[in-house]
Amino acid sequence: MNAPVAATPGAGELRDRVAALLAAHDPASTDRLGFLRARFDAGLAWIHFPEGLGGLGAPRSLQPVVDAALDAAGAPGNDPRRIGIGLGMAAPTILQYGTDEQKQRFLRPLWTGEEVWCQLFSEPGAGSDLAGLATRAVRDGDSWTVDGQKVWTSSAHLARWAILIARTDPDVPKHQGITYFVCDMTDPGVEVRPLRQITGEAEFNEVFLTGVRIPDTHRLGAIGDGWRVAQTTLMNERMAIGGTRVPREGGMVGVVARTWRERPELRTHDLHQRLLRLWVDAEAARLTGERLRQQLRRGRPGPEGSGMKLAFARLNQELSALEVELLAEDGLTYGDWTMVRPELVDFTGRDAGYRYLRAKGNSIEGGTSEVLLNIVAERVLGLPPEPRNDKDLPWKDLPR
Amino acid sequence: MTPDLLYSETEQDLRAAVRSLLAAHGAPASVLAGAESGRPYDTGLWQSLAVGMGTAGLLVPEKSGGQGATAREAAVVLEELGRTVADVPYLTSAVLAVRTLLGCDTGRTEVAAPLTALAEGRQVGALAVPLPTAPGAGVRPTVSAEPTGPDRALLTGTVNAVAGAAGADVLLVPTDTGLHSVDPTAEGVTLTPLTPLDLTRPIARITLSAAPAALLAGPDRARTALDAALLTGAGLLASEQLGVAEWCLTETVRYAGERQQFGRPIGSFQALKHRLAALWLDIASARATARNAADALATDAPDAAIAVAVAQSCCSEVAVRAAEECVQLHGGIGMTWEHPAHLYLKRARTDATALGTPDRHRQALARLADVPGPVA
Repeated sequence: MNAPVAATPGAGELRDRVAALLAAHDPASTDRLGFLRARFDAGLAWIHFPEGLGGLGAPRSLQPVVDAALDAAGAPGNDPRRIGIGLGMAAPTILQYGTDEQKQRFLRPLWTGEEVWCQLFSEPGAGSDLAGLATRAVRDGDSWTVDGQKVWTSSAHLARWAILIARTDPDVPKHQGITYFVCDMTDPGVEVRPLRQITGEAEFNEVFLTGVRIPDTHRLGAIGDGWRVAQTTLMNERMAIGGTRVPREGGMVGVVARTWRERPELRTHDLHQRLLRLWVDAEAARLTGERLRQQLRRGRPGPEGSGMKLAFARLNQELSALEVELLAEDGLTYGDWTMVRPELVDFTGRDAGYRYLRAKGNSIEGGTSEVLLNIVAERVLGLPPEPRNDKDLPWKDLPR
Repeated sequence: MTPDLLYSETEQDLRAAVRSLLAAHGAPASVLAGAESGRPYDTGLWQSLAVGMGTAGLLVPEKSGGQGATAREAAVVLEELGRTVADVPYLTSAVLAVRTLLGCDTGRTEVAAPLTALAEGRQVGALAVPLPTAPGAGVRPTVSAEPTGPDRALLTGTVNAVAGAAGADVLLVPTDTGLHSVDPTAEGVTLTPLTPLDLTRPIARITLSAAPAALLAGPDRARTALDAALLTGAGLLASEQLGVAEWCLTETVRYAGERQQFGRPIGSFQALKHRLAALWLDIASARATARNAADALATDAPDAAIAVAVAQSCCSEVAVRAAEECVQLHGGIGMTWEHPAHLYLKRARTDATALGTPDRHRQALARLADVPGPVA
């Protein structure tokens, strides 16, 4: 079923465009940023984006054709892991809700990695119930003044821009009084502090916003429409977390299987049974992800996407726990508790103890497993919602 | 090569046709009365499905009287049969018996004649192995053959818990000298129906005492034919289990949305909706593994044994859990004879034992995927 990619005329034309780009900007003699900008301007950055914004309005399924041709020519990439929030969350939201000026201003340096993005959504008082957020944005002529505190912000210390949701009307029910902004992280009112977590590292930050000025031209979508705009961002976040292609024994199961094979003296019967079950579950999850991608390629996305992250979290947790148990004495030690600020997070990196602890976050970040189960039950299965008392009350009257 | 895990348009058309046939037949509501009547299978439905629609020959090449389709299409038929717990011998005849014959020398009349009869749905066959037999472990014959002439023998021995034997027109019997075919109406053949846990898939004990038989394959050919048949059977059983699980989830979600207690639909309680959401996720995984197994069998993929073991380990447990959740979340009504939930529970439970328990399939994976157990 992969055949159509190579067979459609679009693929041939894309290869021609790649060849033209490479001819005009030889990767061997062009600096990295120069090449990435030229690639963006040639519409070969994300081909499903519109022309003039780094794309060609081509089917997303053909992107691998472009990527493979550029890889083969030794062209530099934009290091997508470093700018994942920009690519995965900010960009689709800007594309859908941004003005022409905003798209022109933000998308090119976002894609090339010149400007890193972060996401100012969660707050100490608004986690699963994100719509209850309390960061206030008050209109002041042509701009807004923002005060509040955000948390669990990765890349905040590196970011030039943030996508931000804030309360602009406390007198209406919580979902209606939110507005979506682009926040300048160099504003003097923005203070970023590392947030140390149970692994000893600080991947994330707390961000304190005090009198931050945001021009109204940096608003995304209508005033009060921020919740709807944020849905675009969050949908893409969940896809990004659970949706990447892996080979058999890719990810955590491969790490544990390697330890298992290398340390026969540690094996026990019970661990063997558990590992075999998890091996099957990991393979099933891998195939489910592959099936989802095949559905997307045919233009018929299935609702399985909402489930991928749940399976991923459970597998990472159970497999990493099994490895610590398997390792016996070695499972009693930990690599290093020194506080560091890793630029890239690798769930399967470092040592078994780190993997065990880091995996605990997988069922919390990007939507807790409990909330995701509600989403599956209500949006996929159509089960009735719990009765709620917070949907119609003005936000200011809710207990906090 | 990346497996195709979706359903093609042709496969969806086939599904629609089978589904409307089953609906017209009144399944699953009609299944219980029929199964209670003691009939070996629903002959009317089988006639329409196997002969009318030609699904009995999906796995058989056209030159042998079949449709020349693949395991992918047969899997779709089995999903729909699982969804209705229909009591027809599709798995036992159109998959296990047919695939066994396909592994023999189809140039010989002794093989070609029954193969064509099964493919055209004129006859029903059964592979005489205990239903729990797993692929890959080798079949230990419990029947001995005493040659009486070229390719003829008298068989003696017993095979227990054979699915689809009652009502079969031809029995394929592994013996100490290979594989033989036996006419169940012949002298020396006794079929003793057992009271099955799964009312919709009858099982019987076959007792042979000097029963006349024709040789289908010698020991080596018989071994590979049986292995291939059991692997195909186990891989396609996963699709039947998927159908069972899907019906259980759909019915339970419907019921949970309608049933009112404490002044609200019970499906609005998180304690219930989380269970149903978790089940939906597991079924999505089961679907991916079942499609992967069907595709691996259809394309003769080198890792077909892994694909089948993964699908069996996954789908067996998911189907059982779906049926158990169906009974529990229906409350009292789920415990009644009248409600069809028990048919699905019994089918799911029996299917989990059939063609290798999940545990046996995981033990197979220990070898196939190089995840070995403790050193002795």
